[in-house]
Amino acid sequence: MSALSAQGVSKNFGGVQALSDISLDVPEGQRRVIIGPNGAGKTTFFNMLTGTFPVSGGRISLFGQDITQLPANERANLGLARTFQITNLFSRLTVMENLLLALQAGTSGAYSLFRSMRANTALFQRADELLEHWQLTGIASSPAREISYGQQRQVDLMLAMSRNPKVLLLDEPMAGLSAAEVVRVSGMIHELPREMTILMIEHDMDVAFDLADRINVFHQGQMIVEGNADEIRAHPQVNEIYLGAD
Amino acid sequence: MNTGASSHRSIILTVAIGLPLMLALPFVLTPYYLGLVVKMMIFALFAMSLDLLIGYTGMASLGHAAYFGISAYTAGLLALKLGWSFWIAMPAALLLSGVVAVVFGMLALRTRGSYFLMITLALSQLAWGIAFGWRSVTGGDDGLPNVPRPDLSATISLADGTNFYYFVLAFVSIGALLMFRIAASPFGYVLRGIRESETRMLALGYNVWRYKLAVFVIGGLFAGLAGILYVYLNRFVSPDYIHVARSAEVLLMVILGGAGTLAGPAIGAALIVLLENVISGFTERWIMIMGVIYLAVALFAPNGMAGLVRDFRRKRGRK
Amino acid sequence: MNFWIIQTLNGISFGMLLFLLASGLSLIYGLMKILNLTHGSFYMLGGYAGLVAVKYTGSFILAVLAGCACVTIIGVVMERFFLRRLHLQEMPQTLLTFGFLFIFSDLAMLIWGSNPETLPKPALFEQSIPLLGTFYPSYRLFIIGFGLAVAMLLWWVQEGTRIGAMIRAGVDNEEIARALGINVSLLFTLVFAFGAFLAALGGVMGGPIVGVFPGADFEIMLLGFVVVIIGGLGSLKGALVGGLAVGLLDNFGKVFFPEFALFTIFAPMALILAVRPTGLFGRE
Repeated sequence: MSALSAQGVSKNFGGVQALSDISLDVPEGQRRVIIGPNGAGKTTFFNMLTGTFPVSGGRISLFGQDITQLPANERANLGLARTFQITNLFSRLTVMENLLLALQAGTSGAYSLFRSMRANTALFQRADELLEHWQLTGIASSPAREISYGQQRQVDLMLAMSRNPKVLLLDEPMAGLSAAEVVRVSGMIHELPREMTILMIEHDMDVAFDLADRINVFHQGQMIVEGNADEIRAHPQVNEIYLGAD
Repeated sequence: MNTGASSHRSIILTVAIGLPLMLALPFVLTPYYLGLVVKMMIFALFAMSLDLLIGYTGMASLGHAAYFGISAYTAGLLALKLGWSFWIAMPAALLLSGVVAVVFGMLALRTRGSYFLMITLALSQLAWGIAFGWRSVTGGDDGLPNVPRPDLSATISLADGTNFYYFVLAFVSIGALLMFRIAASPFGYVLRGIRESETRMLALGYNVWRYKLAVFVIGGLFAGLAGILYVYLNRFVSPDYIHVARSAEVLLMVILGGAGTLAGPAIGAALIVLLENVISGFTERWIMIMGVIYLAVALFAPNGMAGLVRDFRRKRGRK
Repeated sequence: MNFWIIQTLNGISFGMLLFLLASGLSLIYGLMKILNLTHGSFYMLGGYAGLVAVKYTGSFILAVLAGCACVTIIGVVMERFFLRRLHLQEMPQTLLTFGFLFIFSDLAMLIWGSNPETLPKPALFEQSIPLLGTFYPSYRLFIIGFGLAVAMLLWWVQEGTRIGAMIRAGVDNEEIARALGINVSLLFTLVFAFGAFLAALGGVMGGPIVGVFPGADFEIMLLGFVVVIIGGLGSLKGALVGGLAVGLLDNFGKVFFPEFALFTIFAPMALILAVRPTGLFGRE
């Protein structure tokens, strides 16, 4: 069964066709990368998958369950997590508070009105462990907007991972990182549990070929080819798009 | 949370100094000034209730006076026409303003930003229109005079100024305490998360809409409590309680004090009540002067007094 | 039958005044993202300034010019010296426009007192004219025609002129508009002043039928909001359709349920909110 599947997904923004008839299946445990030039509709496609915007047509399913009509938060509770291309943290809250919010999502504890947040020691303990694991303990009490850009990307990834999702969507996790940070973050992605299904948007071909089991190429709202790294490299239209874009 | 220990200490300090002071006030102040302090406390409660929406959740309501006024009218009518005891009238008034908050919230929360501003304003003016137009029940423009203050028991009458002062102090303290607890609770952190990024909250699996509706209603209930206290203070209720000018006033209190701090809006409320009292004492054109104060806050203290203090500390820290 | 025709025309003529108000409100929001709470004050001040001009000159045309000129200048000053400094800061903008609302409201009370006033109709339209077997005030018909003419003019400006193209570019994306070399700063002043002008125009034109009175600022602002909630912020078409809808609903509401006239406006508004939160023609 495929972990995540899109059939004939299309999106229309006030008459402009942003996506047309995209179909793809990501089997469980696969690492799939979507590449394509700017404006190809990659992020729009992500927003359809996560439920940020409704589709104009087509069907999306998660482990066989039709989620096309589900709101974003219910998709998240089914095990679909995402990171954001433009950093989208709780910027005035500390890294610790960011993480606590991620950890208590979907728990009934989030509805308790009169108990102190600090009373939930189990939650804090989990948070401490995770911060340790991601080597972010040192910035735990810094507001998210005051840490470096590279650290923000790591926190983003940590938040997405904190609920042990079954399917993880990464929207250009390397964008804007220095060369050293790219090595570090791609190392982190390599180390993610192998059974987790990952769908990732990437701009950089080398990074894509390094991380992907299989690749889809988007161009002007359409999917033009799917294949493994060698097939994509050899595909004439892909070369044309990328060479032409340069 | 990292500053938990120090903020704990400052709360204990505030209560240790503030509470005896507040308890002693009736022995020091004349009835007139005691009444003014009561008004300050009521508006502090009202402003804090709006701060839950604006400062914590990032939802700017321009119609918060609706809940203040609706429960004021309800409490007033029940006391005046049916002679209900306070202990039944208060829950009934809160219930009605809560129900209205649910309905208005469900409509307004379908939108955000400027639409939310307009719709909350428009809906509150609907409530105002009813108070204004339904003369046979609400007295229309003239309002409802001679609302009796309730007796808490056979021996405790609130007609007595000192008793009434302690009565309001008790309710405002309980209300403020509950709101501070809410702000520090997991729910309170969810509100902050919504303020910072709704899309991230959705992506994490939070049912953002439900939390927003919940805090909208909670804010409405505390505003309702303030409204009940206010109708007892004045023994009078009129459409002015619901008017958009009232909603604007409480918004000014929140912004002047510093949104998102609860304590700030409470201080802002006390300050505005005091200012209005002083200014209206020496000129009939006090509305114009208040208008200038709106401009000044917007231009020079958009983050309120709390923001000014922060800036000052930061500057001093740099030196 | 006559009753329906007359009341419908009354509703439409009032709707045209609301259109003048709401089109400015909507245009200002579309370009500058400012929810202008002073818009009702512009309407009221326009009416009062017109009243003064009529008293001194007896000319309705001069009243229109005076009302519009005063308020346009106020608009320029507000934008240049105040709103400009709070660009895209929603809360401070809200407080600021509230502040002006209170100042103008109190100022009007100080100058013109608390009695409602009415402007005389222009001499040309003093008469009622026969219409479908009844008589109807020609001035109201004039307002309907005038409103339609303004709507067409605005449509032409928006779709057919260079300045319209600039405004559309600015509405779409301020940054791109700047990058294209459009003087966005000037455009802001122009649009805000023009919005104020339209509101004042509504105030003077409405003077003979609605009158000017203390509290008109709040009342008209509220109706303007309902119009754009129904029609959609930032849409000219929405301002026209919403204006006519609210004008008719308000009029028939006042005829049939005088105590609860607001409900006839708010019930449809709530319905539209439930179905289309951004209004009939608003963008998501």
